[in-house]
Amino acid sequence: MPVEIDIEHVAKLARLDLSDDESARLRTQLAQILEHAARVGEVAAADVPPTASPIPRANVYREDVPEPSLPADEALRNAPERDGDRFRVPRIAETGA
Amino acid sequence: MSAELCDLTGAELSAKLAAGETSASDVLASSQRRIDAVEDRVGAFLTRTDQLASERAEELDAYLSTGAPQSPVAGIPVALKDVLTTNGVRTTCGSKILETYVPPYDATAWARLAGAGAVLVGKTNCDEFAMGSSNENSAYGPVRNPWDTDRVPGGSSGGSAAAVAAGEAVWALGTDTGGSVRQPASLCGVVGLKPTYGRISRYGLIAFASSLDTVGTFSRTVRDSASMLQILAGHDPRDATSLDVPVPAYTDGIDGGVAGLRVGVVTEAFGEGVDPGVVASVRAAIDQLEGLGASIGEVELPHAAYALSAYYLIAPSECSSNLARYDGVRYGLRAPGEHADSIEMMFATRGQGFGPEVKRRIMLGTYALSAGYYEAYYGQAQKVRTLVIRNYEAAFERFDILVSPTSPTTAFRIGEKADDPMAMYLNDIFTIPANLGGVPAISIPSGLDDAGLPVGIQLTAPALDEPTLFRAAHALESALSLDLRPPLLQGAG
Amino acid sequence: MAYEAVIGLECHVELSTATKMFCACANVFGAPPNTQTCPVCLGHPGTLPVPNREAIARIIKIGLALNSEIAPHSLFHRKNYFYPDMPKNYQISQYDLPICIGGHLDIEFGDGSTARVGITRVHMEEDTGKSTHGGGSGRIHDATYATLDFNRAGVPLVECVSEPDMRSPEEAAAYLRELRATLESLDVSDVKMEEGSLRCDANISLRATGAEAFGTKVEIKNMNSVRSLERALVYEIERQTKALDAGATIVQETRHWDEDAGSTASMRSKEEAFDYRYFPEPDIPAMEPDAAWIDDIRASLPELPRARRDRYVETLGLKPDVARVLVGDRGSSALFDAAVSLGADAGPAANWITQDVAALRNAGGSEGELTAQHVADVVMLIASGTVSNAGAKQALEASFASGEPVEAAVDRLGLRQVSDTGALGALADEVLAENPDVVQKFRDGKEGVIGFLVGQLMQKAAGAANPKVAQELLRERLQG
Repeated sequence: MPVEIDIEHVAKLARLDLSDDESARLRTQLAQILEHAARVGEVAAADVPPTASPIPRANVYREDVPEPSLPADEALRNAPERDGDRFRVPRIAETGA
Repeated sequence: MSAELCDLTGAELSAKLAAGETSASDVLASSQRRIDAVEDRVGAFLTRTDQLASERAEELDAYLSTGAPQSPVAGIPVALKDVLTTNGVRTTCGSKILETYVPPYDATAWARLAGAGAVLVGKTNCDEFAMGSSNENSAYGPVRNPWDTDRVPGGSSGGSAAAVAAGEAVWALGTDTGGSVRQPASLCGVVGLKPTYGRISRYGLIAFASSLDTVGTFSRTVRDSASMLQILAGHDPRDATSLDVPVPAYTDGIDGGVAGLRVGVVTEAFGEGVDPGVVASVRAAIDQLEGLGASIGEVELPHAAYALSAYYLIAPSECSSNLARYDGVRYGLRAPGEHADSIEMMFATRGQGFGPEVKRRIMLGTYALSAGYYEAYYGQAQKVRTLVIRNYEAAFERFDILVSPTSPTTAFRIGEKADDPMAMYLNDIFTIPANLGGVPAISIPSGLDDAGLPVGIQLTAPALDEPTLFRAAHALESALSLDLRPPLLQGAG
Repeated sequence: MAYEAVIGLECHVELSTATKMFCACANVFGAPPNTQTCPVCLGHPGTLPVPNREAIARIIKIGLALNSEIAPHSLFHRKNYFYPDMPKNYQISQYDLPICIGGHLDIEFGDGSTARVGITRVHMEEDTGKSTHGGGSGRIHDATYATLDFNRAGVPLVECVSEPDMRSPEEAAAYLRELRATLESLDVSDVKMEEGSLRCDANISLRATGAEAFGTKVEIKNMNSVRSLERALVYEIERQTKALDAGATIVQETRHWDEDAGSTASMRSKEEAFDYRYFPEPDIPAMEPDAAWIDDIRASLPELPRARRDRYVETLGLKPDVARVLVGDRGSSALFDAAVSLGADAGPAANWITQDVAALRNAGGSEGELTAQHVADVVMLIASGTVSNAGAKQALEASFASGEPVEAAVDRLGLRQVSDTGALGALADEVLAENPDVVQKFRDGKEGVIGFLVGQLMQKAAGAANPKVAQELLRERLQG
């Protein structure tokens, strides 16, 4: 069954500018890939538990002991734009979660 | 072009260095001359670190001249796939979005090699963010296969595989998420190891799909692969998924042979869609194993067929989240020009900074994780992973080692599959199950096909049984006794 | 129409661990911008999170204090959304497998009545960086740029979600106070709302009184004190009541509380559809705390505010409202417990601490420090008749300023009461001799006049007489 994908919505979630060409191509390609990928539904029965990690571990922690941080200059070295010791970005119009 | 120091194995170089027959600087110079000679035809490197390497080699020579104990890694020229971070050395992931990114820290894998005296010759080209099987998805142009420069080296660690095949580096590190070390190793005629998931720290491995990513090695012999893993393996407090179990001595039992070893041939890996030349070469190698005393049987991995589907849900899903951080705020590209606000800046930066394959996978993963689809896609894929693991468990009750071709084909022409993502994804059909199962696998050359292109055989072992993997691969490699010099190095100059 | 408010609170608590949640950067408030960051908390490519054991221990402690079940298997999930101050553009949080499941918190009102508020879950996550809006008027709506400081990014954050069990702003405020006091007693966080180490969002809906079904809920953010939570809820109830009475429908949305304006405003975001695409964090193994660890943490739990209140009332005989005030402030209740253990009577000690000591502390800045010994001395010196109430107050103020022991202040200021019956007896004789008509009135049955005579005696003793002793001496003589 061909998959209908709302490319604009997905691109918005992924914060990706796509040209019309890209959107059109992705619509076709993603549908094709997903049709193949949907085969996972054929074999995975309800009683099969999911596995998130191939070699599961548990309870891996770090002790609460501080180590030196980066100097501010080093933290900001790769900044596309800075303002003193802060990163600078265009205005934030939206609010967080 | 005659054989030079850079064409020797790590073990041979290490012996010469220990005997004082050569110096780290001479070895490095040999490697750098080779880069100068072939790089315009191969294009393996994105960044060369000549100055750093020379300084490093001189330091090493000063140290070695004191007669101090020497690691088998000391003085070996190593190339790193450009998805492994290097403190102070640009690391791009083959992407425009990280064109100017200079990491403030070293990947643990590189730090361990560097600590043991390895010399970094440069950072190698790769598919953008390790997504691809041909190295054509790099923002910096393709890498060419030293066996035929019209062909791809495989991917995503194409630059690392090509560099080792061409003698530009003696060893290289790559990363393997669905076959990205083993497949290019196969296509370039070198040895490529993907160890057990968690055996090598992922800290500093720029994430593509976190639950599948492993650091892997390239070398020209199995023994060198074992020597490298010896240094690389072990728990890293900075990676909570790295395994905290003892590291065995990998080269100790490597000459033990395969007499009595139970070898399972993965039947479905010799069917439709596999090149006859690949089948013939791998079958011949299996006969060699039998001749060496291994007992050969057939085994099925019934869910391997679904592994590809599961992979193309799990990897893009994780990637869509892992690559969210490239947003033009803290590092890397910010789309030039005025932006009305931060949201628009992020849209533009990501739209301009990522190439088509990366966008495709981000979109795929975003969709697969989005409301209403999670269970049908990601959830189901994680169940298939359980089935793949059960397949391996069943298979390893009967066999010590599984064998198959590494890749269904030999190196294909640049551009041949570029417009057909599904055809490209099928390249990884034999390598993906080991990533889903977390088990170690190695690709070693089994010979050349009729067109003179390398074929690789993949050996797979149970989790953490790299010693058996090395022992079997080394036995086969010795029996095959191939002399693999790419045509690029055979002609004059 | 009459409505009933249905209120639930989501509180975020920054833990005061030495380091951040997933990296070894120091967890400190107020450092210069971007000096407490590293590749991990800046979200650099290739970095990985490793959880802080102490943070996990602390959330388990919180869960135990809130009567939650500690999950035998719990996972971190990634919550995916883009925001410039969130370095990875996903937050490591928890989803369907939180560490602490269910629970409750008992609260007490001013009149001594109590209520139980259900806890839905308590989970672990990480904080974001801080953005500052610049250009324009400097406020979010007309700013032209923003600057980012990532010192706070990755600080351990505990989210505590209540059931929608509260029915009034007062009840919500009582819950928040009780939660704060509980967290304070656990020593897991600074719980300073003004610094943001305790933050509170409220969900509120109205329904017709007596109705079963919930109305449309609105989320309110940005309350930075218990009082502003209460004000915001009062405002929101009024706003929704008006809307419903006018026949309008309530829009499910997030609203921002403006403290200065005293009102809430809609926070419509450009990215309207949030779809967090939660999935298990592949970089962090599951948390499966063993019983021994949980038992150790349980054994380390201090006396919680609820139990402490009960003890003050039932064992020490304090009035419930005094007990509540004491317990509401950890410093005060600690001082009280110590003073009582030094021998002070509970009732007077509680009164001194909640009244005079509190007033001194509020007014006096921090130049002096009163210890439990000071409080105990005051109470015991009054009880023994060594000093009057008024004198004790004077001495306490002096001790607060100088730090000297109360008794030293009493002596230095000459506040010691004369209880020596010999000396006072002579003065009593004088007073009686000087006031024959008053004496006569007393003997005629107007016993109330004794107060005047005591006053005269106190005057003669320059205030240093023990009024009780003085009265006894006078009475003896008058009746003798």
